[in-house]
Amino acid sequence: MTEVLLGHYGYWFIFALVILGFYGMVVKRNLVKKLIGMNIFQVAIIMFFLSSAVKWQATIPIADPALGTSDPDLYISPLQHCLMLTAIVVAVATNGVAYALLIAIHKRFGTLHEDELLARMTHDLDLD
Amino acid sequence: MTWIWTNAPALPVVLLLPAAIIIPLAALIDRRLARALALAASLAAVALGILNLVRVLADGPVRYFMGGWPPPIGIEYVLDPLSAFVILVVNAIGFLVLLHAGTPVARELPEAGQQVPYYAVAVLMLCGFNGIVVTGDFFNLYVWLEISSLSLYGLIAVGGRKAPVAAFRYLILGTIGACFYLLGLGFLFTMTGTLNMADLKAILPAVSAEPAVAVGLGLIVAGMGLKMALFPLHGWLPDAYTYAPSASSALIAPLGTKVGAYVLIRILFFVFGVGAAAKAFPLTTVVGWLAAGGILYGSVMAMAQRELKRMLAYSSIAQVGYIGLGIGLANPLGLIGAILHVMNHAAMKGLLFLVAGNFRTVLGHSDIARLDGSARRRMPWTTAAFAVGALSMIGIPPLAGFFSKWYLALGAVARKQWVFLAVILVSSLLNAVYFFRVLERVYLVKPDAEEDAPRTEVTASMRIPVLILAAALVLLGVLNAAIVKGVLAKVAAAALF
Repeated sequence: MTEVLLGHYGYWFIFALVILGFYGMVVKRNLVKKLIGMNIFQVAIIMFFLSSAVKWQATIPIADPALGTSDPDLYISPLQHCLMLTAIVVAVATNGVAYALLIAIHKRFGTLHEDELLARMTHDLDLD
Repeated sequence: MTWIWTNAPALPVVLLLPAAIIIPLAALIDRRLARALALAASLAAVALGILNLVRVLADGPVRYFMGGWPPPIGIEYVLDPLSAFVILVVNAIGFLVLLHAGTPVARELPEAGQQVPYYAVAVLMLCGFNGIVVTGDFFNLYVWLEISSLSLYGLIAVGGRKAPVAAFRYLILGTIGACFYLLGLGFLFTMTGTLNMADLKAILPAVSAEPAVAVGLGLIVAGMGLKMALFPLHGWLPDAYTYAPSASSALIAPLGTKVGAYVLIRILFFVFGVGAAAKAFPLTTVVGWLAAGGILYGSVMAMAQRELKRMLAYSSIAQVGYIGLGIGLANPLGLIGAILHVMNHAAMKGLLFLVAGNFRTVLGHSDIARLDGSARRRMPWTTAAFAVGALSMIGIPPLAGFFSKWYLALGAVARKQWVFLAVILVSSLLNAVYFFRVLERVYLVKPDAEEDAPRTEVTASMRIPVLILAAALVLLGVLNAAIVKGVLAKVAAAALF
């Protein structure tokens, strides 16, 4: 049991982050907190990818004359880092769009709390 | 001109992406250039789509290596009958909707600062869809998925007062879907060490018994289920479609969910194979039953709606269910029905949302209860096209909608899935109920005011796409045997069951 917990502590940490982010996105009523949850979720996935790149006693993926290039086990895998750079860019773009939407919502309804928002939306004349 | 031939698989993407960037710049010179460029780019994409489909059907699949790097190191674009077919559908519908968009965009987005970005973002969205369909690399697919999704959020948010709220809700759920996809991809990547679809397919048999692979696939299917609004993950759809401006909802409704369905078909039938996917967990069966639930739920909810666009939105949930049902049947007939329905529903929903846009432009509303015979008198062509679309949705032969349901029904019979067959039949009846409710008002209810309603049919740019789509529904129905034999039979033959 302890081996399952301690041996995979990195995965358990990521798992906790995923749950935390998901909880924030689904349960929290404030729209900004939903976004924070979204960020935690995205970071957890980025860390999951990066954790799969790590090798025991390996160094950064830049060719080192002392180590040579014949043994790939001496370098950690660079591919995951490249992928996650792209994923970070996507996450940043998503955040940008999300905050732009929040500004538009706040300008129109004067609140970012979901319950108040729903109340004000139902009082609104439905012109659409 | 040989460079067009050698680079054809990548050209739609390479053409649309710069177009989306050039449109705002060109609009600085003359604002009318925005629409002209968007139309030119999407028309060129349609032409390339036809070229590619003809070529693939003649010579077999084409693999294109980006930058000359062969897979699995490089990213490859793959044109096979399925991707070439879906790309042509996406671009053709996209072009017709953009052709229609001129007047609704000018009316519903009165500020000049909104019109130019609309065209830029719409082209960017089409570019994203093209990329999703043509790519042979899972991570590249994720990037295209997010490019198209971000464009979708923007297109929805420019609508009415409540549109940003609907767009934000969609953004949260869409990002959950994308994150699930990425997480599932992480599982598959750690198990196989590759992101290339063909490579992954070759490696999978060695690891398919691993639980991590099953978890990864389950996460990907859940994520795509969110993106394609598979019941019960459809929560974002009705508000998003209703509050989006007419020009956006006509672009999003026919294409957005279909691309998610395409990814599901690609992964389940062309990478994993249904047998391997079902080894740990009966995924396709679950998708099928959820889809059957969605068909009934969407149809019943559509009957309860008082507003045309909202009714069409719920009807979309039901229609996506048909595609899911075809996936769930997991036999060649079901797959053919699902892909045929991707095309048919894109044409039907595109047509119906365009008609809703026409109603809003001319009548100023699209409330079903306020429609009456004057709508028909004022817009005879639009209402006639609506009737064709509605009859096709119900599934009256020889219109296109009948044939996809026919193949799905045949697939259900072949599987002896009598519940699915009953769902298809019942939902056709429900379709008839909610569409005849509108048709009855438009054709039979006498207008309250006795005065002669003047004939105020919409402008040619709004009428022609609607009529082309209505004619297409008849043509696609009549020619369905040719489409199924010529294209979809090849798709089904290449799929892994």
